[in-house]
Amino acid sequence: MSRIDVRKTYKLYVGGAFPRSESGHSYEVFDSKGKFVANAALASRKDARDAVIAARKAFPGWSARTAYNRAQIVYRIAEVMEDRRPQFVQAVVQSEGLSASKAEKVVDEAIDRLVWYAGWADKITQVIGNANPVAGPFFNLSTPEPTGVVAVLAPQESSLLGLIGVVAPAIVTGNTVVVVSSCDRPLPAVTFSEVLATSDVPGGVVNILTGSAATVGPWLASHMDVNALDLTGIAGDSALATDLEVAAADNLKRVRRAPAAEPDWTLDPGLDAMTAFLETKTVWHPIGV
Amino acid sequence: MSTPFDYAPAPESRSIVDIKPSYGLFINGEFVDGHGKSFKTISPATEEVLAEVAEADEADVDAAVKAARKAFRAWSRMPGRERAKYLYRIARIIQERSRELAVLESLDNGKPIKESRDVDVPTVAAHFFYYAGWADKLEHAGFGSNPQPLGVAGQVIPWNFPLLMLAWKIAPALACGNTVVLKPAETTPLTALLFAEICQQADLPPGVVNIVTGAGGTGQALVGHPDVDKVAFTGSTEVGKAIARTVAGTNKKVTLELGGKAANIVFDDAPLDQAVEGIVNGIFFNQGHVCCAGSRLLVQESVADELLAKLKRRMSTLRVGDPLDKNTDIGAINSAEQLARIRELSDIGESEGAGRWSPACELPSTGFWFPPTLFTGVSQAHRIAREEIFGPVLSVLTFRTPSEAIEKANNTPYGLSAGVWTDKGSRILHMANQLRAGVVWANTFNKFDPTSPFGGYKESGYGREGGRHGLEAYLK
Repeated sequence: MSRIDVRKTYKLYVGGAFPRSESGHSYEVFDSKGKFVANAALASRKDARDAVIAARKAFPGWSARTAYNRAQIVYRIAEVMEDRRPQFVQAVVQSEGLSASKAEKVVDEAIDRLVWYAGWADKITQVIGNANPVAGPFFNLSTPEPTGVVAVLAPQESSLLGLIGVVAPAIVTGNTVVVVSSCDRPLPAVTFSEVLATSDVPGGVVNILTGSAATVGPWLASHMDVNALDLTGIAGDSALATDLEVAAADNLKRVRRAPAAEPDWTLDPGLDAMTAFLETKTVWHPIGV
Repeated sequence: MSTPFDYAPAPESRSIVDIKPSYGLFINGEFVDGHGKSFKTISPATEEVLAEVAEADEADVDAAVKAARKAFRAWSRMPGRERAKYLYRIARIIQERSRELAVLESLDNGKPIKESRDVDVPTVAAHFFYYAGWADKLEHAGFGSNPQPLGVAGQVIPWNFPLLMLAWKIAPALACGNTVVLKPAETTPLTALLFAEICQQADLPPGVVNIVTGAGGTGQALVGHPDVDKVAFTGSTEVGKAIARTVAGTNKKVTLELGGKAANIVFDDAPLDQAVEGIVNGIFFNQGHVCCAGSRLLVQESVADELLAKLKRRMSTLRVGDPLDKNTDIGAINSAEQLARIRELSDIGESEGAGRWSPACELPSTGFWFPPTLFTGVSQAHRIAREEIFGPVLSVLTFRTPSEAIEKANNTPYGLSAGVWTDKGSRILHMANQLRAGVVWANTFNKFDPTSPFGGYKESGYGREGGRHGLEAYLK
């Protein structure tokens, strides 16, 4: 008799722990050929609210770390991913239906993208900050600061590289995030959460909910303790994107709008994904003796 | 103060400015009649009618947007160095006509002439000079090697700094190659209309700047117009949220400069006399009609009594009255509506148990006036500690430790500005790090400069105006 495999029950990642959905609901995940792979937790409104609480709690500590330290931690995520490369390749093959060699390229790109973003932690301030030559005896300096808690709807198609492309830029600058993973392709996100749990990332900095962006998105978009909303992941769904942007206006969240189609994640991402969730603080002080 | 110092009246002459009995809309380089009704703009100091102004309806707004769209083609393709020269011309004319602009601003807005003359108008000219110089240097601004303008900008500005807010909006928009349709506030349209004349005087191509006067409906028509590519708004958080909803689902780029409830934090080692000047400037500058006003004084408990005594003595010397008098410190409240709001919130402050104090001060019998006022014993739950009053009303709270000061300062949905007063350098930098606000003034307050980005965190809006950062809002 052949060995019966041990099937894994996939869970959410909130506050550094792996809870089941408070609702008790899960949903079936299939691979690209329609074969059952696993059950994933179906995130509810309460899970979203718990995740926001965890992200808010983590924000002061994470944003106060030195940029050098955040760079090291994001780099450490890349190191741990590199260690678990085969597992990610398998998850991408299953989720996206790519050949093994194409999936390997995607994983390579994802890890390299993390390394790229890690290096930005202690450079973004120098690139977008400013000393301002005001017409008077004042020291005047503008520097970027993280916006706060960012709700991220992750891309539906690019389940790993796209996920890194929206999570890394938000956290490397000091934000904390609540991420809703690709609904049909959640497994790379779940594996990523296991990497996060073992890579020095403080609990609550990244919270990952598996489930439907259309169901969980509105609770995050209208949540008064969320500061910003990344709609990249619902590319093409302009009706949902409009509803979420309207809800986000209640506390003037910064909204990164949904593109018409999912971007090509292999392209140079530029700075936009970072600058969308940065505030500029300008400090004045008189000069005198 | 044992005896009040007597000042002789020193009124600035209003003969320098020639106010027409009525004004049309400025569309495509010409003044035209609007289709809507007209409304009166008054001097808030005397309630005298200054002029009748056209109210732009949807068709008028559409005509203005069409003019701006038509002008965009040539304006956006004009070499930056040529666009720059138009902006330099405008800056120079503003300097040349500065007294006229200052008098008109004080008449229509009610602010003291010494502020319109020494702060508003010089900063307006400086703003145009600053952004003029960017027009041919945009590829060096850090927004890519070939940054492009957005198109037509719809801009809606408030009544507290009518001409200065116009400059904050129009100068960067034009420098980047956009064309604009601007709606000044209903109660303060006159300097924007004089600015339209300045555009004519500078031979600015028709349609590059269009001014549509009116009230909320005109603003809604502009913000919601489908051919507007960029919306820039300064005003209340409530209207800002409505605008955010209106533009949802569009490709319009938006910047919002909204309300504030800034904490001005005074530590026990601060130079108290300087701090008192900063507190007075922070809340009584421009009658407190300032979104970044230091409307919450947080004073360390050990020096609270001493500071309050000094503050009250200083407040007793403030001169409230004729905006055109060069000795006036506090002018008129901009409108009856705003006065009613200030009165209402102040009465609520009293009924919620805070201690109200104003110096003895004679107010003119006509016009809209409110004495400089402070409330002591204010708790964080009081409405006067939470809501923007937008008037000369200061709420005083106390704290014991730096962390308590930070906690209280950040306990607001707003995040526009903050002030810190202390002699300890490391504490200044720590406080500056911890305060969730877009502008932090340390040992100073209410300073503005064209090179310095301005804008808020949280519900104070998004985007920055001023400085290199201010270009981003008008480029793609």
